[in-house]
Order: sequence, then C-alpha cells, then structure tokens
Amino acid sequence: MKLNDFIEEKIAPNFEKGGKYEKFWSIYDSFHTFLFVPRHTAGRKGVQVHDSVDSKRVIIMVILALVPALLFGCWNVGYQHDLALGINDGWFMQFLYGFGAFLPKVVVSYVVGLGIEMAVAACKREEVAEGFLATGLLIPMIVPVNTPLWMIAVATAFSVVFAKEIFGGTGMNIFNPALITRAFLFFAYPKAMSGDNVFVRTGNWWNNDPIEGTTVIDGFSGATPLAQVADGSFDAATYSTMDAFLGCIPGSIAETSTLAILLGAALLLITKVASWRIMLSVFAGGAVMSAIIGACSESAPTVAQQLCLGGFAFAAVFMATDPVTGCRTNTGKFIYGAFIGVMAIIIRMFNTGYPEGAMMAVLLGNAVAPLIDYYVVDANINKRAKRVKA
Amino acid sequence: MASLIKLNKGLDINLAGDAEQKYVSTKAADKVTLVPDDFSGITPKIAVKAGEAVKAGDVIFTDKLHPEIKFVSPVSGTLEEVVRGERRKVLGIVIANDGKGTSVELPAVNPASAKADEIKSALLNAGVWPFIKQRPYCVVANPDCEPRDIFVTAMDTAPLAPDFSFVVKGQEEDLQRGISALAKLTAGKVYVGAKAGSGLQLKDAEVVEFAGPHPAGNVGVQINHIKPVNKGEVVWTVSAFDVIVIGRVLAGKADFTRTITVAGSEIVTPGYAKVLPGQSLESVLNGKVKQTEYEQRWIAGNVLTGQNAGKQGVVGFYDNTVTVIPDGGTTDELFGWITPGLNRYSVSHTGLSGLFGLFKSKKWTLDARLKGGPRALIVSGEWEKVFPMDIYPEHLYKAVLAYDIDKMEALGIYEVAPEDFALCEFVCTSKTPVQQVIADGLVKLRKEME
Repeated sequence: MKLNDFIEEKIAPNFEKGGKYEKFWSIYDSFHTFLFVPRHTAGRKGVQVHDSVDSKRVIIMVILALVPALLFGCWNVGYQHDLALGINDGWFMQFLYGFGAFLPKVVVSYVVGLGIEMAVAACKREEVAEGFLATGLLIPMIVPVNTPLWMIAVATAFSVVFAKEIFGGTGMNIFNPALITRAFLFFAYPKAMSGDNVFVRTGNWWNNDPIEGTTVIDGFSGATPLAQVADGSFDAATYSTMDAFLGCIPGSIAETSTLAILLGAALLLITKVASWRIMLSVFAGGAVMSAIIGACSESAPTVAQQLCLGGFAFAAVFMATDPVTGCRTNTGKFIYGAFIGVMAIIIRMFNTGYPEGAMMAVLLGNAVAPLIDYYVVDANINKRAKRVKA
Repeated sequence: MASLIKLNKGLDINLAGDAEQKYVSTKAADKVTLVPDDFSGITPKIAVKAGEAVKAGDVIFTDKLHPEIKFVSPVSGTLEEVVRGERRKVLGIVIANDGKGTSVELPAVNPASAKADEIKSALLNAGVWPFIKQRPYCVVANPDCEPRDIFVTAMDTAPLAPDFSFVVKGQEEDLQRGISALAKLTAGKVYVGAKAGSGLQLKDAEVVEFAGPHPAGNVGVQINHIKPVNKGEVVWTVSAFDVIVIGRVLAGKADFTRTITVAGSEIVTPGYAKVLPGQSLESVLNGKVKQTEYEQRWIAGNVLTGQNAGKQGVVGFYDNTVTVIPDGGTTDELFGWITPGLNRYSVSHTGLSGLFGLFKSKKWTLDARLKGGPRALIVSGEWEKVFPMDIYPEHLYKAVLAYDIDKMEALGIYEVAPEDFALCEFVCTSKTPVQQVIADGLVKLRKEME
C-alpha cells in the first residue's frame, strides 16, 4: 500500500467529521498537505483544471529568499562578538556562535506563533494558512541579538492575535505581523531594542552571560551606525559604505548585509513572488529623499549609505512587498513604494527618538495602502461614470 | 478591411489532445436530455406530458415569466421522463429519439424583406431564441427590450475549442442569414468579433478582428474593447457557432445540429463532431476514449467553463467542446511545495515550467485537481494579468462578495459574465471559486433590480 493511500484510508477518517480526533483536523491536514499535494478535485461547476501554484509554494519562495540574509546574519553576530572581545575564532566558529544565538529565537517564534495559528484554525475548522512560516522566520531576523526569548514570545503572541487573527487570519490583516511584533517590542521594551548594548552579543551564545576570561576591548561601542547618526557621533570613517553594503556592522540579526538581501531580492523578483514595482519604488523614494537631505546638510550620510544602513533594504525587499498589507493595484504599488521610501528616510533623519525609520514607514504605508488603492480604483470608477454621461 | 484590436493580457492553456481538423463519427443519439439549468435566468414550465409524441421543433417547455420564449425538442420521438430533484425542480427532460427525423414545419424567413417583429417571433417559435443572451446579467435575452447593439463572437479561444473558420465551411449562407436577421432586431449595429487574419466578411455587420490569447474570444471582452455596456443599457450577445443554427432554422429547417470538438488528453482521435444539444456524452465519445486504469473526467464544455458531467452527462445547449481529461483524484505528488516543477504546469515563476516558459511551448496533460487548499486572497496582480478588460477584477469580486450593489455597479458588474473570470480562477494561488461567486452575485443582483 502506498503511503498516501494509507494516510487517506486509515488515518484521515479519524480526523474527519465524526472521527475520534475531528477537533484536530486542521493540524492533521497541515501535516498531510505538507507531505502530499491534496487530492481534492474540482467540483461539478467551475474551472476543471488549475495552475499548480499554491500558497505553500509562494511562501516557501519567501523563506528561500531569506536564507542568504539569515546565514550572513548568523555569521555577523559571531563576527561582531569577536570584534568586541578582540579575538578571532575563524568564520566557522563565528557562524556557529551566531547560529546558536539565533536558533532559540526562531524556535520560540515558531512555537508561539504556529501554536496560536493552529489552535485558531482548529477552532474554525479551517486549513492552517502558511503565512506565519514566513512571519515566524522574519521575527527573529529583525530583532537585536540580545532580545530575551520571553520578549519574543510575548510580542509574537500579541502580533498573531491582535494584528492577524482578529482580522480573520492570513490574507485579511491590515498590518504586517512581523513588523507589528517589532513595533510592539520597540514600544513596550525600548531599552532592549536600542542603545549600545543590544546589537552585539558579548557574552556566551545562549544567554549572554559574560564569558570567563574575556573582556570587552577598550573603546568598543556596540552602537549601530544609525544610532550614531541620531546622536551626532556618526563618522563616515568608522564604517565605510562598503562595510554597510556587505553588512559587517552591528544591527538587527539579518538586516545588515545589503548584498545578502539583494540576493534574496533577486530570487523574489525572478519568481515574481514580490512586486518589482514596490521594491523599485521604495529604493527610488529613499534615494530621492536622501539626496534632498544630503543637499541640505553636509553631515548627513550619503545616498548609498542611507540605502545600505539599518533596515532600509530589508524593509524594501521583504516587508514592503508583502502583498496582503501593501497596495493591490499596479499603479498603487508605485505610489505605496515611493511613500515608504521617502517616509523611512524622513523618520530616520528628523525624528531623533527613532534612529531607524524603515519599520515605522512600512507600517504607515500599510495604513495608507487601502487609501491609495481607493483612489486608483476610483479613477476607473469615474471613467465608467463619465461614459454614462457622454 | 476590418479593424484590429490586439490584446496582451490573457492565457492560452496549451492542452494535449487538440482536435484535428477532420470530422469523427459519433453514435446516433437514442435519446436527448434538455437541461433547463443550461439557460440562466429561466424558470421552466413544462408544456408536454410524459409519454406524448413530439416532433423536432415541438415546444417542450417555456419560460414562466416570458412564455413566448420556447424551448423545443431537437429530435422526434416520445417524451420519456421529466427528471425532478428537490422541491420538484426540473433537472432534465428526456426525449427518446425514434430516428425518423420528422419535424414541425417552420416558415422560411427572408431577413432582407422580413420585419423585425416577424423575425423575432420566428426565432421565438423555432426555439432558437435562447441562443441570444443579454448583458447585463448574462441571461437569455428579454424579447421585450430593444438592445443597444448586438455582439457576435466568431471565435472560441478556450482550450481545445473549435476553429470557427473550419466549422463555418459549407454553412456560410446560414451564418449570413442569421447575422442579417439579428441586424433587424437592433437600432444599433451588429458587431462580429473575429480571429485576426480570418478574413471573415459579412453583410449587415461590422467585423472587428481580435488578436491575442484567451479570453480574446469571450464576447464580454470584445464588448469592453468595442463599445462597453453602461448602466441602463442592454446589449445582446450571441456566439457565431449558434448564429449558424439560427440561420439554418430561419431557412425553414428544424435542424439543431451543432459542430463541436471532441478533445482532451484522454481522447484517442480528437476531432470535430456533429451532435445534437442534449445528446449523451456516451454516444458522442463512443469508442474514442482511452482505456485506462485511472479515473477520467468527462466534461461537457471546455475545461474552463464546462461542467464535470460524468458518464451520464449530456452535451449542453451552448457547448462547443466535449473534453476528457484525467480526474487525478488518486494522484500522489510528494512535497509539491518545493519540487523543481519542471512537470507541473504553472504560469507563476515559482516552478521551472513557468520560469522557462514551458507552459507555452509544451503540450500539457492536466488533471482536475485543485493542487492546493483554498485560502484568502494573498498574491496580488495575478488575476489582472489574465483579465483583458478595463475593470479591476479583484475589487469587483470583493464588491460582489460583500454584495455592495453601488460598488458592483461602479466597478462594472454589468459588463461581465462568469466566463470572463474563468482564467482568474485557473491561475489563482488561493484557489478561489471566482466564477461561482460572480454567477451568484449576478443572479442576486438581477432579482434585486428587475
């Protein structure tokens, strides 16, 4: 007997209506469809054949696109750790150190988030949507490495419940759940989210307790370049644009390397999972705004630095392009992207309270996306109305 | 010289089992079944009792609201049975064919000299009126109203559909007679949408050529590009495949034979066939289907808008195609979310078949699986790529879901039919049943407005 026949004939009936474990149907279904493409066929009416793409396949592309930034981020955590302590373990040990610091976070985020999603799906007797597989990976990637696990758990739970499930789940949410997690952490635990001590782990990999026999070298500052811009101590000599592009600078775990992010962007664009319209216009909007600020102030970072530093590139590639929370019309996507690019730089440069603006800009973009779409669609409506009059 | 409209949006699904341009034989229909559900917007009132003898062209049922709209028997014989379902709903009317081919006498009408009223009553009495549909709502046309224009599509671009230029061969006079008759029924024009380069020439009509992938042949798409329907206006639509039958009947012959393709990857000898509406699929497909161990799906119609009719199914009143594909209900595909996807049909670039454009160049055997679970709409912009109308399909769909009548009107509900959304449904990552939602919305809206 083939495995799938066995599942369909022996296991499935237990989870179907009237079965012993019918309450757990959603969870069973999510594992079954993980293994095999479902056998459901089209009904009597409606399209009789379907394209083979499904939401699992789309989400997995996002996850694959995150891998370069993730791997680089793990190495960079170890590399920054070594820099702070003035030692050099070699790239592999640095990667292992970073991976060790990252892994518990992703486990916590998945367990909490998927746990809630599966419970809700089971209550509603719906299939478990895949959206959180991407969100759950994004969350640990955009927090400082020293964020305590319990904070991640609380913030993830908050975000999944209040930013997503109360709206109806994946596809219905207004704000990007990963960024809501980040924003929740930022406003609830500001001390753990900014400052000189959160972005570089100087202690051991699992809980940051000081490692015996090591000391942080004199003159070390774990401040991110943008924090330095904010407090006026930014010196282009400390971090070159190339450092920022490659990503060997302090920052949230996976946001530092523009190069790794662009590799992911390439996959998203080739597979057409992300909208090139949004991605391009975020970068364009950011570049224009940086150029304007650069022309007005000599101490401001250059355009290239603005685009490479902080979470700008990460937000442009992975956050702004979320199709659910972004604009859904093609014209709207250009406006939406440019708005986010411009706002990210404005918030970053003019609001000293927030050294980084990308997160707030995307959330603001999410809020106005329906409004932008409204006016784009309204143009079509007006055209039709005029036709009646003519 | 006909004007040419080029469409870029859309998709030709390149299915295996395309019909060769030759006729294949079918078994004579020993019975035909008329299915009132084929006709949207009609409530049937049966005019004949079981056991009564009928001739071809005899009225079998009429519409309750418009008794002048008649539905006639395509064969002579006896009315065998009226099949009813829940709440006595008429599911089908079975007529046993005596094979004699006796038919009622129909007057020959010359469209050049006949008045509009004469033509109208000739069409109604002969039972070919239901071929004429109306926008808005995509229902059988109301004979009381005067259409702004009449749109005829002389191309079927759906997968495995017949080539009109092949079908019309030898029936050009019938086509012209039908078109001329339609021209009398409107103060406006008769527009005929034809395939680019087909060189179709007709009197009493304006031919507009269309180039581009499916749904370029959908009459709704053609209307949208020629002269869109506005609120308060009514246009009539007919398929040129049906105009041929209309023309033939106006010549005085009660002959409802239509030419369809018998196609699909499960057909041994795909080709064209002359069939009667209501003829059983079994008699049409007689001996043409591959012998397989796996299950097959017999579809009355094409794979986008047809119905899974099953072995007991019949050819529908408007069908141009009978398709047989694998059902796929026992197919296993391990880890479909990550396999390279060379052998999985997808227009999305998430698999190699889409990335390398194989979906265009290769002939595909698709089964009837959904290949995913239903979700809320996630991916944006994919419907628009296969929807060549100046309408936002997703926003209209959502307005219909919410049943916001003002929004539906504003976004163009009067211009669309469910078939226009078929490709949206095909490409949808979230496996949304778009056609059903639009169809239900149109029914509800019509009840509200009329």
